[in-house]
Amino acid sequence: MPATIEQDDKPQIDIDRSVGDFRYDVNYEFDAGVGLSEATIDYICDVKKDPDWIREFRKDGYRKFLEKPMPTHWASKDLENIVFENIRYYLSQGVQPKRSWDDVPEEMKKTFERLGIPEQERKYLAGVEAQFDSEAAYSNIKAAVGEQGVIFVGSTEGLHKHPEIFKKWFGKVIPSSDNKFSALNSAVFSGGSFIYVPPGVKVKHPLQAYFRINAQNFGQFERTLIIADEGSEVMYMEGCTAPKFETSTLHSAVVELVALKGAKIQYVTVQNWSPNVFNLVTKRGLAHEDAEIKWIDCNIGSRLTMKYPGVIMKGKRARGEVISIALASDGQHQDTGAKMIHAADDTTSNVVSKSISIGSGVATYRGLVDIPPHRKGCKNNTECDALLINSHSRTDTYPAIVARGNQNSFQHEASVSKINSEQIFYMQQRGLTEGQAMSLAVNGFVNDLVREFPMEYSVELKRLIDLEMEGSVG
Amino acid sequence: MSTLIEDPTVSTSLNFTPSAIWPEWFRAEQEAAWQEYLATPAPTRKNEPWRFANIKAIDLSSFGSAPAIASEGKLINASAGLGEAAARFIFGNNTLVHSEASGLPEGVIVQPLDVAARENEALFRQYFMSQPVELGSHKYAQLHKAMLTGGMLVYVPKNVEVAHPIEIFHWVEGKNASVFPHTLIVLGDNAKATVVDYFQSADHAPAFACGINDFHLARGSKLTYAAVQDWSLETLAFHINSTIVERDATSTALVANFGGRHVRGESLSKLAGTGSNSVMLSLNLADGDREIDQRTFQDHAAQHATSDLLYQNVLDDNARTIFAGIIRVQPGEAHTDAYQKVRNLLLSNEAEAISMPGLEILNDDVRCSHGATSSGIDEEELFYMEARGIPRKTASRLIVAGKFISLLERIEDESLRKNLAAIVHKRLGID
Repeated sequence: MPATIEQDDKPQIDIDRSVGDFRYDVNYEFDAGVGLSEATIDYICDVKKDPDWIREFRKDGYRKFLEKPMPTHWASKDLENIVFENIRYYLSQGVQPKRSWDDVPEEMKKTFERLGIPEQERKYLAGVEAQFDSEAAYSNIKAAVGEQGVIFVGSTEGLHKHPEIFKKWFGKVIPSSDNKFSALNSAVFSGGSFIYVPPGVKVKHPLQAYFRINAQNFGQFERTLIIADEGSEVMYMEGCTAPKFETSTLHSAVVELVALKGAKIQYVTVQNWSPNVFNLVTKRGLAHEDAEIKWIDCNIGSRLTMKYPGVIMKGKRARGEVISIALASDGQHQDTGAKMIHAADDTTSNVVSKSISIGSGVATYRGLVDIPPHRKGCKNNTECDALLINSHSRTDTYPAIVARGNQNSFQHEASVSKINSEQIFYMQQRGLTEGQAMSLAVNGFVNDLVREFPMEYSVELKRLIDLEMEGSVG
Repeated sequence: MSTLIEDPTVSTSLNFTPSAIWPEWFRAEQEAAWQEYLATPAPTRKNEPWRFANIKAIDLSSFGSAPAIASEGKLINASAGLGEAAARFIFGNNTLVHSEASGLPEGVIVQPLDVAARENEALFRQYFMSQPVELGSHKYAQLHKAMLTGGMLVYVPKNVEVAHPIEIFHWVEGKNASVFPHTLIVLGDNAKATVVDYFQSADHAPAFACGINDFHLARGSKLTYAAVQDWSLETLAFHINSTIVERDATSTALVANFGGRHVRGESLSKLAGTGSNSVMLSLNLADGDREIDQRTFQDHAAQHATSDLLYQNVLDDNARTIFAGIIRVQPGEAHTDAYQKVRNLLLSNEAEAISMPGLEILNDDVRCSHGATSSGIDEEELFYMEARGIPRKTASRLIVAGKFISLLERIEDESLRKNLAAIVHKRLGID
């Protein structure tokens, strides 16, 4: 065969996003209007009855947001399409979440019931928080878990009722000035979870938060702070959806994790925003001596996701891990990665990232592994694998590894490949359609990572990655 | 313009005075290049090609033009090469001091660039710096062009093979002298040649070197190139390379960095034709306070092309290395094989190795991988050797030599390989 550019005749692959694609009209009691100014921030502070230090924190964040340039010298130029003046920064029906589903307003209840939240809670969760636009509509924790002293509330309630713990760590892992979007979040944050797990308590079942954007042109800026005290263990799971709108929506969260001596935190995300959402999230954990922080991250939705979960290993023998799956379909850019800072001796980290680019989708891995001077016994292992489905699919890999000293060991490996045509042929010989065969191959590619997710989520993930094939073979 | 004078990346003592050796038309190009150099902003770390770079090290303010060489004979005698060479050209402070070309087949042109600009103007105009410098040092490439006097053209016509290596020596002598070496290699269809550049200092003085190589490999041609860089340990050096590989041609290029205080290397391989192949090798020995900052680009612009990059860095004392590489597979360029690997061996607790291996893949029919490793010497390997009576220091030097020698195995030409191995052993103090 002559070497000509192959016609891209592979079947189109689409993901089932219909589950989250609906909305209800809601009468919002509080609305900060469109655009951002000091007045917007004062409005939010007044509605939420913020203490003075939070008001000052927000205004400082706002100043930093204005000062910081867009990171377009390395990031996607698509960021320039975010019009900050057109976004609504705060919408809610009240700041107090309901403890019973019966008290949740009808439209919101319908939303979460369609997404299956109360059902899941009954089944296996230790606690649930459901955020609708700016505020949690529902928050509950099982009595047995509450009795162990575990706190699981929204960020507003956390800062009002538990200021002694909240203030100590809030904004300490991720300073407002970390980047433009963390500064923006600091200015207008609302919702998100505050979790405290007392020493030695191992929370058996996962705590879950569900984030939902319902309103058009709305920006969701939740703020989550999780503190696992000495020797405790907790798993947190979050899911996110939004309906498809004509105009773009911004989701810009800040998530801070603190694992004190010997504690373990697992943070699981299944991100399935609709393809009009800019998902620009800053996530970082601080791991003290012998502590372990693990980010399990799956990005399927959104228009542009920029998310690089990080772990600062501050104490000896701390461990950080990032497991990441990204699926970039037509028109999507999944710009994900990991940051590992080995700030103490004998710390170890592991990053495994798998991405799939479909159609014109772009999957990018950006990583940073850094070791300050004079550390020893630190190890990092990074593996990034990319799978390209169509001939115009794109994948980029941009790791940066700063290695210092002769007593540490770092290794990074990445590979890019397409679906093996012999595998497809083999499966077709056995009666599978080309679509089914492709779907099976993609599932096989991510299978070892999907198993890292909790059972309930891995089933959900498989369903999401259950690719619908259209078009003809050949 | 006062702001320019305060810019340390612009030397106030390096003045533009077009040399009479050049034809009129090239002097006009040099004038334009000088203006472009002045007008181009100095690099900052915010430019991606300068991420992690030590911008402060690029201070040209003390460097000036190079004086005449004191003793040409001394340099000629010190220009030890491979033994059997098809041609040898020796430059001292940008001036040709010696040439011999006895073993060249008919039609092969090996001549200084100023002669080439007059006698082979069409060739010169077509290939000389025809590839834009995209890996960060456009400014310094313009300075190079403006200041250029010495340098060589190697042209091998269609179906001609040069059996023995062509050797080019560039010497710098004197405190704060500046040199601008240039090697332009053009291989015709199915031509074959081996070229070796040697960059050396006649003394231990600080110096500035800003060199460029352009290689053009036509259909089916084969180039083996080695650069042995051993500038004084006080030298600031730029080495910018671009290699264009056409259909079924193969380029194997090695850069060995032994000297220099701060060395910035930029290397581009463009796979421009179907079936083209580029092997990019580098061995870097960084000790003391030295820094080696290398940026590479494997640009796949054709189908069925292969590129393979392997960089071996060894760091001791307070040394620092940066490797930033990109493999880009352009849309439609199917059946691509591209590999990129950097290995950092850190011998001291203060050394710092930064690796940024990058991929930009815009086509699915590829096999691409990259890897970066950074670690110290395996204690068990040292223990094994110590148990056999080899002192620890010698053992670690042997391990370093082993890493370099295994990289040299990639070079086909046996006498070149042996000679480079001898240089490695000498530099490491192993008999």
